[in-house]
Amino acid sequence: MDIHSLNPQFSDEKTSLSIVLAGVGGQGTLVAGKLIGVIALKLGLDVKVSEVHGMSQRGGSVITYVRLGEKVFSPIIEAGTADYILAFEELEALRWSFLLKNSGTLIINSQKINPLPVLMGKASYPENISETLIDAAGKNAHIIEIDALSAAATIGSSRAVNMVMIGALSKFMSISAEVWDSAIREVFEEKAKLIPMNLQAFQLGRDLTE
Amino acid sequence: MKKILLGNEAIARGAYEAGVKVVSSYPGTPSTEITESIAQYERIYCEWATNEKVGAEVAIGASIRGARAMTCMKHVGVNVAADPLFTCSYTGVNGGLVFVAADDPGMHSSQNEQDSRNYARAAKIPMLEPSDSQECKEYTKAAFLISEAYDTPVMLRMHTRVSHSRSIVELEEPSDIVIRPYEKDINKYVMMPGMAIKRHVVVEQRMELLASDSAEKPDSVGLHRIIRGSDSLGIITSGASFQYVSEAVPDASILKLGMVWPLPEAIIREFARTVRRLVIVEELDSFLETEIKAMGILCEGKSLFTFQGEYTAQMIRTALSDSNAPVSAIPFMSLPIPPNRPPVMCAGCPHKGLFLALSALKVQVMGDIGCYTLGALPPTSAMDACVCMGASVGMAHGFDKATDGIDSKKTVSVLGDSTFLHSGITNLINAVYNQSQITVLILDNSITGMTGHQQNPSTGLNIRLQPAPAINLEALVASLGVTSIRVVDPVDTEDCRRTISEELQKPIVSVIIARRPCALITKGKGNPKERTIVDYAKCKSCGACIRMMCPALTQGPGKTPIIDSVSCNNCGLCVNLCKFDALSKGEK
Repeated sequence: MDIHSLNPQFSDEKTSLSIVLAGVGGQGTLVAGKLIGVIALKLGLDVKVSEVHGMSQRGGSVITYVRLGEKVFSPIIEAGTADYILAFEELEALRWSFLLKNSGTLIINSQKINPLPVLMGKASYPENISETLIDAAGKNAHIIEIDALSAAATIGSSRAVNMVMIGALSKFMSISAEVWDSAIREVFEEKAKLIPMNLQAFQLGRDLTE
Repeated sequence: MKKILLGNEAIARGAYEAGVKVVSSYPGTPSTEITESIAQYERIYCEWATNEKVGAEVAIGASIRGARAMTCMKHVGVNVAADPLFTCSYTGVNGGLVFVAADDPGMHSSQNEQDSRNYARAAKIPMLEPSDSQECKEYTKAAFLISEAYDTPVMLRMHTRVSHSRSIVELEEPSDIVIRPYEKDINKYVMMPGMAIKRHVVVEQRMELLASDSAEKPDSVGLHRIIRGSDSLGIITSGASFQYVSEAVPDASILKLGMVWPLPEAIIREFARTVRRLVIVEELDSFLETEIKAMGILCEGKSLFTFQGEYTAQMIRTALSDSNAPVSAIPFMSLPIPPNRPPVMCAGCPHKGLFLALSALKVQVMGDIGCYTLGALPPTSAMDACVCMGASVGMAHGFDKATDGIDSKKTVSVLGDSTFLHSGITNLINAVYNQSQITVLILDNSITGMTGHQQNPSTGLNIRLQPAPAINLEALVASLGVTSIRVVDPVDTEDCRRTISEELQKPIVSVIIARRPCALITKGKGNPKERTIVDYAKCKSCGACIRMMCPALTQGPGKTPIIDSVSCNNCGLCVNLCKFDALSKGEK
């Protein structure tokens, strides 16, 4: 499959696509990264998914890099080179926004998870992060905000936020619904009873970006 | 069939396809998932060893008996396993024997960033360095073949970005497990001077043969690749750095080394001849550069790149090309600085109460390797030194002897159950034998926590979560001759303070076991129906509960606490800390 057909805006000489998944430990970014990896495999593309397993357990800043294309070398996404950033949390959108390339797309989940310095009253959570990012961004960048947490809550699971985010991302990529559907089934193969909920969450994410 | 695997999972797959019979390892980031993943292949015997030296020795024994065997560890684990490693280089193998050493440039989760390639050179064994998951699998299989063909242990060098990146792997059918016949051969396997003198000759001949075969058989032994580009710039590299180089300077000629020790001099010499400028790109030490310069070949390396941390494609682009750095859509400088999410002890973490007690006692704390190393940071700031696994007990004994016992009245050593069994125990025997007066705190949280919850000899389960004999820490410590043994609940900070104070005064070795399971494992979870409750009428806004930095307890209006009932584990530490009875464990 030609990598350029994955994104209508894809017109430069690049041969790979870089997707950043940024969130807080426990939000399901790792599973979302795995899912995009499966998509790449189904499309016959090369792919690298890089996770950072560090000292941070729950509540730490977690970042996953996914790169797909005809041939992918470095697993790391560097400043100004991300085609897409899925920010699962507002503060993490702020933290990792420097990775976005000129014509990139940043999808922000409006959820806020207070870091410890804020919980302890030693720092404050920046206000109006989405507006700040939209104001600061160059005119070729696309920044959208969605409420993935509320959407996930409507189907009864805050843990489905990751699939809502993936659903939103899918609207910006030219990949058929069947491929997404079968990839989600494959990723949750061993927890089959979670498949319907995740498919539903995926569809909610698509609807949010209508 | 193709599958997306972590580099570590691909090593395990390679071992499975190669017909490995025995794997024995101690966990350590970024190597842990290799052995965890081995556990899914039922035909392979695998285990968590008590430490890396033990794991290596089990693998050596299995190899001599004729089985293919593997032991996996993080880079600093090789220090622990170095003793058997250097001498099994002399004995050689029967069944193939592979050591996996996972380096951590950038120290994502390590106490130093030593370069394992130095071990291959020092121990005189071949080393292979894969750069993605497919190579992880292929090189593992090649490592077993090389091991048997050249009668040598082989080391695979991993890297955080290779271990923890997923990429596509072509799966193949596994070979049968073959146990080679074993014949007693004391000249090969009993390393006394008379035999070892002769084996050293064999070792040197083997390394010479490997060096020439690495150059003459680049596909089967050396695993080298030349990517021919422009002749104006040639780069010699390996492993993760190869990926950054390919990304950064796609037009350059690249010699990618698979076997990074011994080096294929003829190939390097020929490659150098064909390029006008030769640059060595390698993270950490100037290993290749030094060796290539010693061949009399002109090249650049550390004059362009740092000895520290991880490289990136952009770093290489900046050093070797004149292309501009990509411009971010959102300039960093125009944004407010986001507050960090610092690593902290989890809600309900049993280590927190104990460290609050140590902080209040203002004692000197000899620390160790585990989640509890976070006790060095605020709010407890209760640690003076932390060096390596098991060192806390020895360092406390050193404080004791340096001050003729005086400092033992105000010094404790702190280490976890798994770390104690790894190498703290030999230090404790030493302290008892040499009549120390130290106080040792064993934080028994019933698991190996920081590496992601592996079982150990005190947990009662093996790597496959089947029942296993559980070491009784009290009985073990008593059998070593420790006469003062106390057990406390770390959440009861008042009892911890009292007990530690009492033991510090005793002129003998004391052991205090602070016992409570990790809050992230099933038996450490609080009752979800039992919730901590705030009585705001009684709260004096003193801030004591907020200062302990529990992720489940946040500051509300007027310095009063708000409990997040989702993340609260109901450990009761905040209840114990409140002097005004404003916090209580709620009704069931």
